[in-house]
Amino acid sequence: MSAREAILKKVRASLGASPEDGARREAAEHRLASPPRGIIPARGQLGDEERVVLFCKMAEKVSASVQRVERAEDVPAAVADYLRARNLPASVRMGGDPRLEAMPWARLKSLEIKNGKAGYEDEVGVSHASVGVAETGTIAMFSGPGNPTTVNFLPEHHIVVVDAKDIEGDLESVMSRVREKFGKGQMPRTLNFITGPSRSGDIEQKLLLGAHGPRALHLIVVG
Amino acid sequence: MQITSPSFKENSRGALADAQLQKALGNVRAGFIDKRLKAVEALPEFDLLRDNARAIKDHVLAHLDLYLEAYEKKVTESGGHVHWAETAEDARRIVLDICRKANARTVTKGKSMITEEIGLNDFLEAEGIRPVETDLGEYIIQLRGEHPSHIIAPAVHLNKEQVEADFRRVHKHLAEGRDLSEPESLLGEARSVLRSEYFAADVGITGANFLVAETGTSIIVTNEGNGDLTQILPRVHIVMASLEKIVPTLDDASQILRVLARSATGQDMSVYTTLSTGPRRPGDPDGPEEYHVVLLDNGRSSMLGTEFQEMLRCIRCGACMNHCPVYHAVGGHAYGWVYPGPMGAVLTPSLIGVDKAGHLPNASTFCGRCEEVCPMRIPLPKMMRHWREREFERGLNPATQRYGLGLWAFFAKRPRLYRLASSLGIPVLSLLGGGKRRFRYLPLAGGWTKYRDLPAPEGRTFMQQWRDGGASVRARVA
Repeated sequence: MSAREAILKKVRASLGASPEDGARREAAEHRLASPPRGIIPARGQLGDEERVVLFCKMAEKVSASVQRVERAEDVPAAVADYLRARNLPASVRMGGDPRLEAMPWARLKSLEIKNGKAGYEDEVGVSHASVGVAETGTIAMFSGPGNPTTVNFLPEHHIVVVDAKDIEGDLESVMSRVREKFGKGQMPRTLNFITGPSRSGDIEQKLLLGAHGPRALHLIVVG
Repeated sequence: MQITSPSFKENSRGALADAQLQKALGNVRAGFIDKRLKAVEALPEFDLLRDNARAIKDHVLAHLDLYLEAYEKKVTESGGHVHWAETAEDARRIVLDICRKANARTVTKGKSMITEEIGLNDFLEAEGIRPVETDLGEYIIQLRGEHPSHIIAPAVHLNKEQVEADFRRVHKHLAEGRDLSEPESLLGEARSVLRSEYFAADVGITGANFLVAETGTSIIVTNEGNGDLTQILPRVHIVMASLEKIVPTLDDASQILRVLARSATGQDMSVYTTLSTGPRRPGDPDGPEEYHVVLLDNGRSSMLGTEFQEMLRCIRCGACMNHCPVYHAVGGHAYGWVYPGPMGAVLTPSLIGVDKAGHLPNASTFCGRCEEVCPMRIPLPKMMRHWREREFERGLNPATQRYGLGLWAFFAKRPRLYRLASSLGIPVLSLLGGGKRRFRYLPLAGGWTKYRDLPAPEGRTFMQQWRDGGASVRARVA
């Protein structure tokens, strides 16, 4: 008997369940086919503008910096301002996300844009979030050809663009969007929920920013 | 890992006398409790979410075989591999095989309590593979050759001076005169040392907070980002998970995530919640080429259908130990194995046997705070009591305790005799208590009187006072 069969057999024996029990199977299949949404906190159930305001407030609460711009074409200038204000080199790592590529980066003559996955030496990464979550100030990043996961973790500074219209009230709404975008039961290879810059409290429980991931997270909300 | 749970009492004595440890434990009392309370109070739906989290896990456990099958199917569809391990030994072998096939020399590790449970690091090292812990706390204790003393804050028993000494001892390649006096500089040093390890590693091993049957996804939750660098940079990613980590759907995971971070660290959401499904896809610029999940049983299937089944709802947030007066006093190492605190007092006897871990469920005042704060509403005190009963049934506790209880039970079952004996005994003890009305030493109660006086009875039994309608008490108060 394989380990798999042995374990499943033990589980069934302990539960006193039979593999032929149709009602049990139906209960499990039903939950998988139509997932109940559960308890959704009232906190994020707001009108469009209030939701964006809550998102910004919650993100700042977890030490992200937040900036709102009107249009997508304002993003490159906002990125350049961020770099200048912190004396960072005019060079960013950026995946080939079409939403980012459509922005007028060429206007910034001195900015170097490195495409592809992030490496050891990258100081600043720029990504586009797919969804924002107002209740916790979280952004959701879907991996894919234009969205390397390494950009979310290796650079010291992570700048993330999120469209105001993509900010949802709660986590479950992100899951619904995932099902819509990728199909039921399907996922991107990696879905990163990010809530503030990286931190650790492992030494004497003193909370410090910049553990292994970015020391700073800057969110640019468009719209 | 060597089990020292049988010597819990000696361990505790050592812990109480350890000034460094006592200083560090102050951070547990000061840090976790207020933060959790603030986060909980800011979410009016918290208790409803706890009820739902409990219901979700109860449903999973009742249908565990079916969800395991569904989960495996989805992992396979997404190009990953599921390996089933009945025992710790099986799990170690599976990991070794994967590492050998990958020609691995260095393995980075995200935080995973079940790799502690199966003693993976020592095993890999003996096989010539170098495991590198990447969670800051885990890294520190690995340098010291220790084990975690807390399930989410593994180095909570240490002070920064100790960490500084370890870094100076191990990081020989760095300048001797560097300043490491503050946690900031220690963190910075660990960050830069571990950066090169992430890139050097051939295999990355992480744990899992959840496995989602709907999509074949594993979820890890971290604040540092170490788990992510561990799993995206090496060529092979291995997820170590025990059977009960399954949840049916993405929504179910979302519901439990809401109570997890709040209960653990008082955050609304941990910094990184990462959902991984299969290996790198065509066109992906990064991510692992192989994705393996090791599903470990190691005694859990035998807990199903017993009075300990509810323990399998545990999501390892650590709230029970953060609120436990016994943990506050002795720390995690005294418990003698992987899982400390109230959750360890219930789980450890299930996994290594009550004959070895019998002291743990006895190391409780039954104050009930653990159950009060448990996000999954696990009745921890009740389960510790079950272990005490089993221990008694099997005759594992010491003779004096057994005879003492037997003697008490004899009288307790005979109320007249009980009242007679107490009405004779109480005045005698009251007299012997002397003017100070307390005992500095009492035969058979040395364990108590060694550390504190025992108050002497006041002269009349409860039943006597009850009969006169409390008149004597009222008279004294007046």
